[in-house]
Amino acid sequence: MMQKISALFLLSFLHACSADTVRYQELQTEQANFSEETPDNWPKSFGLGKEASVARISSMDIDVRPDGKGLPSGSGTVAYGRSLYLTKCVSCHGSKTSSGIYDRLFSYDQSRVHPDSLKGNKRNKTIGNYWPYATTLYDYINRAMPFNAPGSLRPNEVYSLTAYLLYENSIIDENTVLTAMSLPRVKMPAQKRFVNDTRKGGAEVE
Amino acid sequence: MGKINMENPGSGGRMSRRKLLLGGAATAAVVLVKSTFGKMVQTSLPESSLLLADPTKVPGPFPGEIGTRSEFESLAKKATLTSSRTPLQSLYGTITPSDLHFERHHAGVPVMDPEKYELLIHGMVDKAMVFSLNDLKRFPSVTRIAFLECSGNFRTGKVEMSPQDICGLTSQSEWTGVMLSTLLREAGLQSGASWLLAEGSDAAVMTRSIPMRKALDDAMIVYAQNGEAIRPEQGYPARLFLPGWEGNTSIKWIRRIEVGDQPYMTREETSKYTEEVKDGKIRQFSFDMDARSIITFPAFPQQIERGWVEIRGIAWSGRGRIVKVEVSTDAGKSWDAAGLTGPVLDKAHTQFKLLWHWKGQETEILSRATDETGYLQPTMHQLIAARGESMGGYHLNPITAWYVKKDGQVLHRPER
Ligand code: HEC
Repeated sequence: MMQKISALFLLSFLHACSADTVRYQELQTEQANFSEETPDNWPKSFGLGKEASVARISSMDIDVRPDGKGLPSGSGTVAYGRSLYLTKCVSCHGSKTSSGIYDRLFSYDQSRVHPDSLKGNKRNKTIGNYWPYATTLYDYINRAMPFNAPGSLRPNEVYSLTAYLLYENSIIDENTVLTAMSLPRVKMPAQKRFVNDTRKGGAEVE
Repeated sequence: MGKINMENPGSGGRMSRRKLLLGGAATAAVVLVKSTFGKMVQTSLPESSLLLADPTKVPGPFPGEIGTRSEFESLAKKATLTSSRTPLQSLYGTITPSDLHFERHHAGVPVMDPEKYELLIHGMVDKAMVFSLNDLKRFPSVTRIAFLECSGNFRTGKVEMSPQDICGLTSQSEWTGVMLSTLLREAGLQSGASWLLAEGSDAAVMTRSIPMRKALDDAMIVYAQNGEAIRPEQGYPARLFLPGWEGNTSIKWIRRIEVGDQPYMTREETSKYTEEVKDGKIRQFSFDMDARSIITFPAFPQQIERGWVEIRGIAWSGRGRIVKVEVSTDAGKSWDAAGLTGPVLDKAHTQFKLLWHWKGQETEILSRATDETGYLQPTMHQLIAARGESMGGYHLNPITAWYVKKDGQVLHRPER
């Protein structure tokens, strides 16, 4: 069920912007051919390892994709996210008006240059002006933050922190409730800036 | 010394080297010596140098269980909170001693129990599988020498910068493991499988999306480095190794591989490891490390003397073999082909050398590599022209110039 819903979102998300569609299609058609012939004397299987149980897989399968695949049930609000942020994150990341010791998470507007860069602070790539997918925020906070207690947040907390950061970056409005349904629909302004690598060796410097 | 039974040294338990030499009363002497820049500096001498005035007159320590580095050598990585850099200017040949391999990790080095280690492969496969370390080691093994380089491997800005400071985030090892294609063959790929997600067991639970093309070409799961188990800092007990690709994709302490049909767009391939290029665009999935070279001798902080100088350095390309390295000793006006030390390997640091007679003139020396695709290492100027003024800091491989002063001091010529 979840899978099907996600697939629908993927379609709508792809149709939203044709340049992105082309890029995404390129990314999906990576060749999947075994390049080298398997040696003649190899058995069909070496019989090593064991089959993974469903429980084992679901306990480890924490990743979240742009189409929403992997998002758990639960929901989050900007208000709850703000209070969590002030207790669990602000000490390292600062606030909208004060700098923290680590990565800046707020941009004042969606232009490339962050006002801080005028003061010699080069950290001008933030969620609002650089991150192409909102789902990445969920995935990353869930797996790696807070830095001193990674993996400690529950789904509602991660949804809420994601909502708060998206709100402070002027991506969603204050009343948005984030769920597995709504998060993949959030369109990030920087997504249209992303292009695939075209370097390929040879004479041209790219 | 008389206490030690030379006839049967093992019988009384092994004495430590320090005790053997000094009878337990160790104090280093502080003396004045001339530094490489000719200044007198205070330094402490190793204890044994005082005693070993004539090593032919005193028996040395007995064979030990683990080798040691000479106490006269001071090799060290340069560490910050996020990385530590290989001392390229202090190394010879092309293999990086394992304890000097650069480090870059995002949440520290995890302690991994090899007995409990398992690699899960699931997703668009016929049979989701779990492999223990022992399973991995029982598969047909593969060994290859290749470099590993972080794509953020460029620093400049000061004259007092060594190769370690400028590009010490590249190292080379002999890696042993199992081809990832061998493991994927066991699990069986479903049709449409085109990407996979690799995930580490560190506190960053580091993840990167890898195109299937690479996974089936030369990707390995490695468990050994330079003849022994890989070091904790390098992903013990097993890591992904993608020859020629930006280091971050070679997920260390790998615990899970999920096979899918699209990239996962993790933070490390969106917010990081992407670079701004022209027209406000951001380039993504820039995996291959382009060809590069650096002169490691003479280079800061070394000082040379008049006469014959063998210019030495390393060149490498993530796209294949190095076919040519040219060196200029006249600030880029003319270039000579340097000799390459064979065998020249695919996606590997390759040593180059050029004999130069230095007569004491002020000059600049530079090197530039060409790889088998015909790519010629660019200047910073060319990189800016291609990517724009606001280009990001990843995948910068410019020609590096060393400024040689009349007194033989060698300084970095900053790019900006
Ligand atoms: C102890 C300090 C610390 C705390 C507390 C902390 N973080 Fe972080 N955070 C970091 C560091 C360090 C990084 C960069 C890690 C890296 O580059 O690998 C980071 C990176 C991030 C990033 C990615 C930034 C980017 O632009 O790529 C996000 C998002 C983030 N943190 C969110 C949070 C949230 C939400 C919380 C609170 C739940 C939090 N952090 C708490 C230290 C902290």
